[in-house]
Amino acid sequence: MFDKYIIVTDGFRNTTADGAGPENTVDGYELGIRLPYYRGLGLSMVEAIDLTVDGTPVPAEALTLTVHGNSYAVAQLSTVFDDRWEMGEIATLRVAQPGGLPGGTHEVSVAQRLRISYMPVPGGGKDSKVLQLVDR
Amino acid sequence: MAVHAIKRGVSFYSFQEEYFLGQLDIEGCIKASADIGALGIEIIPEQMMRGYPNITDDFYRQWHSWMDTYGTTPVASDLFIDTKKFPGRWLTVDEQVESVHRDLEIAHRLGVTEIRAIINTPPEVMEGAAPRAEELGLRLLLEVHAPFHYEHPWILRHLEVMHRLQSPALGFMPDMGTYVERFPRVVTDHARREGGREDLLDLIVQTYDAHGDVHGLMDTVYYMGGGPIETGMARQATHYTWNDPRNMLDHMPYIHHIQAKFYEMTDDGVEYSIPYDKIIPVLVEGGYTGYLSSEYEGNRHIQDAFEVDSVEQVRRQHAMFQRLLGTDTATA
Repeated sequence: MFDKYIIVTDGFRNTTADGAGPENTVDGYELGIRLPYYRGLGLSMVEAIDLTVDGTPVPAEALTLTVHGNSYAVAQLSTVFDDRWEMGEIATLRVAQPGGLPGGTHEVSVAQRLRISYMPVPGGGKDSKVLQLVDR
Repeated sequence: MAVHAIKRGVSFYSFQEEYFLGQLDIEGCIKASADIGALGIEIIPEQMMRGYPNITDDFYRQWHSWMDTYGTTPVASDLFIDTKKFPGRWLTVDEQVESVHRDLEIAHRLGVTEIRAIINTPPEVMEGAAPRAEELGLRLLLEVHAPFHYEHPWILRHLEVMHRLQSPALGFMPDMGTYVERFPRVVTDHARREGGREDLLDLIVQTYDAHGDVHGLMDTVYYMGGGPIETGMARQATHYTWNDPRNMLDHMPYIHHIQAKFYEMTDDGVEYSIPYDKIIPVLVEGGYTGYLSSEYEGNRHIQDAFEVDSVEQVRRQHAMFQRLLGTDTATA
């Protein structure tokens, strides 16, 4: 129901290592995403966040999701029982990829599968947008 | 119009588009409702109360202060039960009751008295949670949401519990989406924009509007070459229902809140698909004294092409309510 709002158009950028690493060492990239749902949801019920960039699926193991300052490996979300992704909250999806992405525009797709208790079929949604990589 | 004591309110479900996009916050929703004259407030804690289920004392203080400022009354809150919280197993009945207890506490702090129990709440859980609701002076009301109705086996199981317990804490919260007389055109128009085949969209709408058999409609549309757009719309035709609103009369002692679902208030001031002019007289006849709580759900069908204006939609619905309730000062 909020599929078109999953991918946030700004905030798509390369990232550098926190702390120790040499400055300007690009270790990946990130973008802002939202739940396509009319309420917040416990993270254990976010079954999948499938990211595809320029036609290539990104392995879930490379993904980290940050909600209100708390970061979780996407592959481990099924074990997070005490935190929620709030309705409309822009979470940061961070991708570990040394070197990040080349500048310019990229075709980005995000598909989410949500385990909604009152629905007999999987919930979720998907969105695709062409995003401009912004300079840090 | 006979004398009645029906009151008007808004579920903030109505403002989900604006809330999602950060255009309205809770205070903005309260203010918008007060401006419309819809003074009974219904909130979905999981939707708007950040940090749920751990709500701070400061939030509750702020909430009650807003109620004073805007002259509104907390009326209802809506609960969910995450039966599938854990991968690979469902919550036990005890865990589900615990989940309801948590929401009852939140409702109590919000000062509401009517709690929407989501349609998937098992009868055993209603029974298990009733004593705590009674202690707190709250009512746990199962939503009667399409495609369910009062003769449906799932609802009959709930009725059995209500009849047996005779608890003042248990009842129903009918969703007016069970009285969809015409297929919502916002849904058809959306499917058309997506490229749906006109002959198949027509078949779906005509079948629905004739109150024909929609059971095989998804299959039929598929056999005729329909794809995801057409079969998706056919599926929706099985999730709206038309019932005679008089079906509420036998259950009035259990009905304490109405979710006044709507999809489109037209420029002419009527809901395109739900005949409130047939519903409201039934509620008056039945002696209903609770709220008509707006539940706008049209945003999802128009947001691809149009600016959503939920506040205007709710305003129009309340102008209609005033007209039908006979409290419009212009005609009183």
